[in-house]
Amino acid sequence: MTALTTEPLASDSTPLKLAPRRHYAQVVGAVAVLLLAFLLIQSLALNKNMQWSTVWRYLWNDQVGKGIVTTLVLTVICMVMGTILATVLAVMRLSKNKVLSTVSFAYIWFFRGTPLLVQLIFWYNLAALFPTLGIGIPLTSVSASVSTNVVITAFVAAVLGFTLNEAAYMSEIVRAGIQSVNVGQREAALSTGMTEGQCMVRIVLPQAMRVIVPPTANQAINLLKATSLVAFISGGDLLSAVQDIYAVNFAVIPLLVVASIWYLVVVSVASVGQHYLERRVGKGFTHFSEDAVRDQIASIKAAQGGNV
Amino acid sequence: MKPMVEIIDLHKSFGKVEVLKGINLQVKPGSVTSILGPSGSGKSTMLRCVNHLEQPTGGAVKVNGDYVGYTRKGDVLSEISGKALAKQRAGIGMVFQRFDLYAHKTALENIIEGPLRVLGQSRSAATEEAMTLLERVGLRNRARAYPAQLSGGQQQRVAIARALAMKPKVMLFDEPTSALDPELVGEVLAVMKEVAASGMTMLVVTHEIAFAREVSSEVVFMADGYIVEQGDPNLVLRKPSHPRTKDFLSRVL
Repeated sequence: MTALTTEPLASDSTPLKLAPRRHYAQVVGAVAVLLLAFLLIQSLALNKNMQWSTVWRYLWNDQVGKGIVTTLVLTVICMVMGTILATVLAVMRLSKNKVLSTVSFAYIWFFRGTPLLVQLIFWYNLAALFPTLGIGIPLTSVSASVSTNVVITAFVAAVLGFTLNEAAYMSEIVRAGIQSVNVGQREAALSTGMTEGQCMVRIVLPQAMRVIVPPTANQAINLLKATSLVAFISGGDLLSAVQDIYAVNFAVIPLLVVASIWYLVVVSVASVGQHYLERRVGKGFTHFSEDAVRDQIASIKAAQGGNV
Repeated sequence: MKPMVEIIDLHKSFGKVEVLKGINLQVKPGSVTSILGPSGSGKSTMLRCVNHLEQPTGGAVKVNGDYVGYTRKGDVLSEISGKALAKQRAGIGMVFQRFDLYAHKTALENIIEGPLRVLGQSRSAATEEAMTLLERVGLRNRARAYPAQLSGGQQQRVAIARALAMKPKVMLFDEPTSALDPELVGEVLAVMKEVAASGMTMLVVTHEIAFAREVSSEVVFMADGYIVEQGDPNLVLRKPSHPRTKDFLSRVL
């Protein structure tokens, strides 16, 4: 057999140089995008109809501020209550108990199947269906009741509407999360004597969170903007606030810009929160943890007699 | 002497497929029983019936004198509550083929979870015992590692420690080395030998013939949902009498 010969790499015996691929199309694209962005900004910034001074003035308006607070409070309350209800619904849906899973199925079917705006207006007008709301013990005369219109304010109607609707959507997300957890995790937990409930709370749900959080952040952002629907029932949110203002001064576009700026600010802050939350619930699913790496380095050092 | 585990005419079907067709087995306290057989013979299903991860379709399993998952009233076995079943399971340790350590918890947290939540131990007492167990399986310096940062062999050793932390009366091993790279099998078998030597009653579904011969006091050979042969490992493994056992051993040895 003849021996294989090999040529030296570079002519002067130094290592060959590595030349990264040039992305010319990317540069051309970037220039085009920048140009278009410049033209767009110019047409908006120099447009007298935008009334930037009005925008700036109302950005810090008290009424707008109250609107933001209402929007935030509504979003947080409905998201928290909706998620709790959703978790219950998801566990019911996955239950072997046919009654529970059917009830959950029917709930989700109804609340996903009817428009959110219809549900909202329905709750606001509940008095038309039930003029009084009461509790009582059946077959006895013990009861108490109040006028529906006293209980169901615009805010309460909004909380009811968004929470019940959000729960229907969120429960499907939670269900997907629960089902994404390997069945072995459940069996391992049960085999150590945990009850089904303990297993769900301690082992399954914490791991399901990894799958649940990203679409939940999506839902939260969606809900934040969907709360603008309460403008239909004069709910006092951010959109209602700017509508009330432009109904008087007719500066429609500048005030919609004000609302949009604030929505963007809140969503941006929420996105940062999402990033940190995802990192937290991803615990154990990366190969990197400072504690463990430190332990490993220590044990390697020990094995080599400290000669590192 | 009363058996620690008693399997009485156990039947199990999945839909129309009958996987266990009447299993009878008695396991002495402190003994190690290896369960061998071709895949699909019902070994794992039988083991999973012992702690009621699978619900039998007929027959019963008794552990330490109690019917698992049932209470007997006259000639009727009535299903017990989930809470009562959990209490029974706490006394039956199990080690799985895929380890199934809680992925979001460190090795130490995996071990103390049961003692904290089920036995109601204090965190300091549970942690102290867990560290002793980690020492026993040779992983004291990996206490803070997450399962994803451990090798398969290390994960399985933590899983054994997790089961031991509940101070079970019986330990079930469902093919504990089948998912491991060949060079990692030895470290897990070594830990299992040590557990056996400590007097633990063990039921082991395995393909490790050498382990079965060396460590077990009884070998059970299953095929097609029946126990076809059982007895002293030296006898069953050296001079099998049933044709299915002979056939299986000639393939794996």
